[in-house]
Amino acid sequence: MPLAVHYTQPPEWRWYILGYFLLAGLAGGAYLLGTLLRLAGRPSDEPASRLSFLLALPLTALCPLLLIVDLGQPVRFWHMMVDSGVQGPAINLKYLSPMSLGVWGLLVFAVFVALTFLEVVATDGRYKYPGSRLVAAVLGGFLGRVVNVVGSVFGLFVAGYTGVLLSVSNQPVWSDTYALGGLFLASGLSGAGALLILCAPWRRGSEASEEGLAGADSFFALLELGFLIVLFATLAVAGQLTQAVGPPWFVLWAIVLLSLVPPLAGRLTSRLTVGAGGTAALTNVRVSAAATAVLVLVGMIALRAAVLWSAQS
Amino acid sequence: MAEAKGFFTDTSVCIGCKACEVACKEWNQLQGDAPVFLADSFDNTGKLDAQNWRHVKFIENDAHLSASTTVGDGQAWLMMSDVCKHCQQASCAEVCPTNAIVRTEFDTVFIQQDVCNGCRNCISACPYGVIGFSEQTGTVHKCTLCYDRMQNQLTPACAKACPTQSIQFGNLTDLHSAADKRLAQLRQLGYSKAQLYGRDDKVYGGLNSFFLLMDEPAVYGLPTGESAQLPSHNNVGGYLGVLIASALALIGGIVALRRRREPTPRPAPPEPEPAAEPAGTTSGGGDR
Repeated sequence: MPLAVHYTQPPEWRWYILGYFLLAGLAGGAYLLGTLLRLAGRPSDEPASRLSFLLALPLTALCPLLLIVDLGQPVRFWHMMVDSGVQGPAINLKYLSPMSLGVWGLLVFAVFVALTFLEVVATDGRYKYPGSRLVAAVLGGFLGRVVNVVGSVFGLFVAGYTGVLLSVSNQPVWSDTYALGGLFLASGLSGAGALLILCAPWRRGSEASEEGLAGADSFFALLELGFLIVLFATLAVAGQLTQAVGPPWFVLWAIVLLSLVPPLAGRLTSRLTVGAGGTAALTNVRVSAAATAVLVLVGMIALRAAVLWSAQS
Repeated sequence: MAEAKGFFTDTSVCIGCKACEVACKEWNQLQGDAPVFLADSFDNTGKLDAQNWRHVKFIENDAHLSASTTVGDGQAWLMMSDVCKHCQQASCAEVCPTNAIVRTEFDTVFIQQDVCNGCRNCISACPYGVIGFSEQTGTVHKCTLCYDRMQNQLTPACAKACPTQSIQFGNLTDLHSAADKRLAQLRQLGYSKAQLYGRDDKVYGGLNSFFLLMDEPAVYGLPTGESAQLPSHNNVGGYLGVLIASALALIGGIVALRRRREPTPRPAPPEPEPAAEPAGTTSGGGDR
């Protein structure tokens, strides 16, 4: 990619969009983790899987709210789906516009999230709602697993397309790399795993999956690191690295990199201690799973803030 | 469909009077931004945005000044009335999720104010920094090429007000001819750097609002070549990144969940004491 020159104006996408990118990553990641725990895990992973599916619903429900609030004309949110202008009335679906695809992707994903939520509540049996027996009978078996798999595909899309949305622009930094989609997806999965570990005490039996989740989180962090390297390399080639990591944004990038350390090290960090005789020794200290999870989530926010803010500064 | 209309802005005769800015604001009832001292030559408009649909740029091109000349051969102080380019391949229309940005019967790019919902995706896409968001209307705005005046066979306000004919309005084919003649004239006079920007289809498929420049486009803040790309050129690479990340995440997630230590079995209940072995027998290779 050659050196890029930009003469654009920033779209002023700030806190609401940051919140949306965060929640979209968490929601998509939580749904995929729920599916993985259910289909690739052990029977003892079912509580964590259900917790993951339950978490996906409120996370997904908040996404459109943030998007709508960010609009200049919130009551016209439906114009994203229906062409009300001279070319309408017609369905709005523009495959070249990630924002258009994202609206539909989020809508379809929300349907799968809601179906799975109803299935989990019905099969749990703790709370009853009209038709819960029917839902448990229909979605409690093979069909429910099909819903999980198809929903996960949309979950992956929702978690990753936000990065593509930024890249499909003429903004500095955003349009100078292909890595943002993959980076946001990896970060979203890592954050979802962390959120699940944090919320595990809320649902009995979920702790049994902590080791598996931590293992998956390590891999997601490795994936995120890989995409970060690609991001920095592509930005350097385009001559936009200074814009992305220059002051004050290097602080956010430092937090991002720091948040990858505990999951990459298997939640073990090393502390240098100096003995009485002046000898240095490395002592392994096990950082609590909760502290690691919080750090991963902070890193997830910092990543999105660094990408959003640096390009618009 | 009516014949394609456009602007030909000849920067070689722009005198920086800003009559175009004033006429545009007056006709389109734009209040303008609060005055700010920019200390940037004679410019106090700054940039194109929701309130400024024409912006006269003042470019002090020191590279053309030397100790022996103070004139700069007409290239030391460049002036250019900037405006929406009404691109044939419009980046803003490409990404607009509501289809609010359309092409009119005059082949110009127009934002339907009753359709726009203020998502601001077009602002991030416009390579010229033309579009601005208005807090008052909650929508985005830019030059309409005086769509209402064109519908009534009137010349756009800026072109009407321009005292030097720097801004010319008309049928695109006529403007192309006029531009070609003017370029040839300038080249004959020795202005070797004079060039047309947006006359051909090299930049965004051609611009309905194109320019005659006295220096390289970059001097005027206009993208060329690899820097003049449609936003969609990143679609394939971006989604490919998501696809690769998805595949690797699935593999990694499954492996991580499969390769865990087996759960520690619960201690078996104590077995009853075995019967005493008969004397003379020895234990074999049993469990140790």
